[in-house]
Amino acid sequence: MLANFSMDNFNSQSLKINKASRRSLFNAIMTGLSAACILTALVPLALVLFYVTVNGFNRLDLDLFTQLPPAPGLQGGGIANAIAGTLIVVAIATLIAVPIGVMCAIWLAEFGGDDTSIDEWVRFGVNILAGVPSIISGVFIYGLMVKPALPGYSALAGGVALAVLMLPTIIRTTDEALKIVPQDIRWAALGVGASKYQMVLKVVLPAAVPAILTGVTLAVARAAGETAPLIFTALFSPFWPNGITNPIASLAVLVYNFATLPFKPQQELAWAASLILVLLVLASSITARLVTRKR
Amino acid sequence: MTVGIPSPPPSSRSRSATEKELDRLFEGTALTFALFILLLLVAIGLLVLVQAWPAVKEYGLSFLWTSAWNPVEGRQAFGVLPMVYGTLLTSALSLLIAVPLGLGTALFLSENFIPLKIRTVLVFLVELLAAIPSVVYGLWGIFVLIPALKWCFGLFGVSFTGPSILAASLVLSVMILPIITAISRDSLAALPPELRQGSYGLGATRWGTIFRVLIPAAISGIVGGVMLALGRAMGETMAVTMLVGNANTISSSLLQPGNTIASLLANQFAEAKGIQVAALMYAAFILVILTLIVNILADWIVRKLQAKYD
Repeated sequence: MLANFSMDNFNSQSLKINKASRRSLFNAIMTGLSAACILTALVPLALVLFYVTVNGFNRLDLDLFTQLPPAPGLQGGGIANAIAGTLIVVAIATLIAVPIGVMCAIWLAEFGGDDTSIDEWVRFGVNILAGVPSIISGVFIYGLMVKPALPGYSALAGGVALAVLMLPTIIRTTDEALKIVPQDIRWAALGVGASKYQMVLKVVLPAAVPAILTGVTLAVARAAGETAPLIFTALFSPFWPNGITNPIASLAVLVYNFATLPFKPQQELAWAASLILVLLVLASSITARLVTRKR
Repeated sequence: MTVGIPSPPPSSRSRSATEKELDRLFEGTALTFALFILLLLVAIGLLVLVQAWPAVKEYGLSFLWTSAWNPVEGRQAFGVLPMVYGTLLTSALSLLIAVPLGLGTALFLSENFIPLKIRTVLVFLVELLAAIPSVVYGLWGIFVLIPALKWCFGLFGVSFTGPSILAASLVLSVMILPIITAISRDSLAALPPELRQGSYGLGATRWGTIFRVLIPAAISGIVGGVMLALGRAMGETMAVTMLVGNANTISSSLLQPGNTIASLLANQFAEAKGIQVAALMYAAFILVILTLIVNILADWIVRKLQAKYD
């Protein structure tokens, strides 16, 4: 047996790659196919960005940011109330979701190891919550706040619905941000006599703040574009925002409502609102990318 | 100066009772918030079920295989079969498109065909696909995709009305592709390099290694990603609502309009009254159960992979 492998009858040709062989050909074809896959995947992205920019740019003027939407069919006007509304609703959502999300993540990252069974259940819960369809969050808040008129269709209800959707993102990013804080810092803090809450609040959390802020920014940008949880919680309003217990306009719902109207000026406003939403998402994603790369 | 006398430690006191109490309080608060997440999940399920109860009592399980949806006072009839059909059909169709494309993309991005710098940019671009708001895809679908499809089908003389199962599935596949790509790429990247080296060492080609070693080793991550994408596709609302046509009929043609549970909810909730709200809640509950099953399976499958190579 061994004799077969001696240098005398070793065919050195077998070490060369035969470019015309079936497996080389298969290799080349598969490489081409996978390159074609990624090109195909990026075509819709290019098309969406192109059309949103071209169609939205028309109306990107001062009026867009200062005026109310025109009556159906009329020219001019803007989407200032929707911009203000989106800011208000997202601010409410952030104010609710950030404290809850950060505290939950603190438990997972700092205390979770002590009791693994609860730890696993909570992590499982966060994963399942992340998979809850956005419309279900709207249905839930409709049943919790709108139907029993507490306080009915309102900015507040919309904000809570968005908060439910922001929670998983904030918990996951905060959890990861806390985990990359070196363990030595914790030991050092405990070693000089800090209590555990002092260690977490004064040492670990400040060290993780940049990464947490990145996660919150991403969550905020995504929430600003969410429509499904708002259409029957925050509803829509053609007027300026009027307190947080009344229906309120938002960019996302404006796009949905105006896209299906048969009037050109409204459709143009829908494109302009889409452009603002896309720019928001782009800016936050790029910032997040840059911040995480620096580390 | 005398040497050898160590300075006293900055503090040798033990922690006071208040501090210990504060510590317990802090941990307790954090735990409360963590358990709040579980409570929230249970609350979502229970609230939807409770509000659906009148419809559950009225229509029972036949709700699932009835195709009438008539909210008109006095002649109410509610059945969710066309929407369940539409939900499953659009999700299946979008998976059919997105799985090969997403997996191909993931393989291209996890191999070293092009320099790492360009790959990082491409990874970012694919992630961006997931970040674009659903409603923007819907708007784009109405004004760009549907006219384009009309033109295409016109070339072959096929009549195409516009909003349809096909249009919704196409946009849906774009939206779920980044999920499949991201999770497949992660699970491929998590494989120990020895697997690849061993395979190359035995003389396998690159694609031989990919098909015979890497994909089988990462399969549970890939399947988990596909399941997550399926969950997302079933619950996706805005783009589908704007493109599916919202017709409560079961049609075998993909070029005809249909409806999904999520778009039914999006369309009717704001104006619903009485038993219709309960019927919509019942439909929402079915959607919750469907996505819950898919997501729990996905979570379980992804966990299995982590256990394998940690």
